[in-house]
Amino acid sequence: MHAIEIRALSKDYPVGFWKRTLRPALKSLDLTIEAGETFGFLGPNGAGKTTTLKLLMGIIFPSSGSATILGKDFLDPEIKRKIGFLPEQPYFYDYLSAPELLDYYAQLSGVPAGVRKQRIGELLSRVGLSDVGNKQLRKFSKGMLQRVGIAQAIVHNPDVIFLDEPMSGLDPVGRHEVRELIQSLKDDGKTIFFSTHILSDAEALCDRVAVIHKGELRGVGVVNDFRSSVADKTEVIWLGAGALRAVEESVVEPHITGDTVRGTVQSADLDRVLDILRQRHARLISVTPIHRTLEEYFLSKTREREKEPVQL
Amino acid sequence: MNSRLSAITLNTFREAVRDRVLYNLILFVLLLVASAPLFSQISIGLEKLMLVNVGLSSISLFGVIIAIFIGIGLVSKEIEKKTLYTILSRPVRRWEFIAGKYLGLLLTLVVNAVLMTAGFYAALLIFIHSLAGTDARMLIAVYFIVLQFMMMVAITLLFSAFSSPIFSATFAFALFVIGTFGEDLKNFAAMSHGATKYLVTGAAYILPNFASLNVISQVAHEQNVSGQLVLFNTIYALLYSVAVTVGAILIFERRDLK
Repeated sequence: MHAIEIRALSKDYPVGFWKRTLRPALKSLDLTIEAGETFGFLGPNGAGKTTTLKLLMGIIFPSSGSATILGKDFLDPEIKRKIGFLPEQPYFYDYLSAPELLDYYAQLSGVPAGVRKQRIGELLSRVGLSDVGNKQLRKFSKGMLQRVGIAQAIVHNPDVIFLDEPMSGLDPVGRHEVRELIQSLKDDGKTIFFSTHILSDAEALCDRVAVIHKGELRGVGVVNDFRSSVADKTEVIWLGAGALRAVEESVVEPHITGDTVRGTVQSADLDRVLDILRQRHARLISVTPIHRTLEEYFLSKTREREKEPVQL
Repeated sequence: MNSRLSAITLNTFREAVRDRVLYNLILFVLLLVASAPLFSQISIGLEKLMLVNVGLSSISLFGVIIAIFIGIGLVSKEIEKKTLYTILSRPVRRWEFIAGKYLGLLLTLVVNAVLMTAGFYAALLIFIHSLAGTDARMLIAVYFIVLQFMMMVAITLLFSAFSSPIFSATFAFALFVIGTFGEDLKNFAAMSHGATKYLVTGAAYILPNFASLNVISQVAHEQNVSGQLVLFNTIYALLYSVAVTVGAILIFERRDLK
């Protein structure tokens, strides 16, 4: 059983004065996420990430398609006992204190009264807010609010956690704290589905990522494969700027610092370039294969089909 | 009441209290105190009439204003601030959210009315120096005011379920004003002929009739309120509120919360 299975999920919004024209916000999304997986949902702003999450949470209704979460229909209210959700840049009832807010959400999620107090105490110390007391949320910093946000998403100990841009708008310290929290949830074996446009966060936390652009799924990839996959290029650094002229044609964008040269060579040319450098008595400092990055994958997927003619 | 419904109800009440909505009570007391010199200018016998009119009308008006100004934001504010997203991602049914909001605001208004009524009776004691057994009938007027709140909360919630706060406030207030002339509308329907008669009669039944819930003048003049009116008004207010709240739920159940 998949943790999340999305089948041909689409959402169109009626636009225009008479609402007769439909603008697609999500086009037939198919996606499966396994239990225990941390899945990054990547895309530029307006790509359809939040639309997908709103659909899965039952905040908006799909135009077509379906989805299951832990094997049950995503609109079944009972499945929501097992999922947690943090919206993008959330606002919480700022007249409440953090324990009051968590108690409210725990009550809505059906956490029994007998265990609520203890669980909320443990949760507050887990997110580093055990010393906030009864201070109202209106006095919290953005980073503190985001931690409260994650706490409310897991107050009922869900199996699947959805996070919409959990690091957006945070300073480096706040981002680090939230990243650590997500990592700890991952270590607990939770299934995490989070949307982001910050690629370094996805690279650090995710097992797999999907790229969405203009409402359309552009690709799904395994993050470890990016790390281990080698691009068809090698970075070569050597001492002896005089030898550059002999290999100039094969070295892309050479940078010269004093007598040191750094450049990129296509793998097919590598042996020939190294032979020439040795013949010219250049001293090799390093030869490093260049790995593909998530950024390259993301850019290649979002730029694909950009130049295709628009179908009317 | 299920625990989700009671949690939403109590949170709505807590929000109103912490947003200092009950501060209007201070204004109410100030209004009664400030009008005291006026009462002393009026000949004996009329000052009680005046106090009952001012007191009960204030309880009604303050409550309606609170009902409109909190009611219009009950749903739209939760969408705008995305707090609704964290509610609907839990096992909360949409009808539970609307019903909880309804009961929470009604609870706020009832508490407000109880405190104001206590203040009103205190004012009677202070200015008139006595309470007669017949003064208890003023509680019927307060009960009718609470029935009026039940209807007003349902009306504002209906508008809040699908429109912007400004639109909701305008229409809810317009319905309140029309409703206070509900009896006139019925009389007009009785005098009309043809298509107009059907149209006005239909409107008189669809629009809220607050006129029949207003017995302030009657109790101020120490006239009795019939048990039949109490029964009819209770049934009318209950049915009207349930129908309008069900309407709000039906709209909200199908709404995309963008």
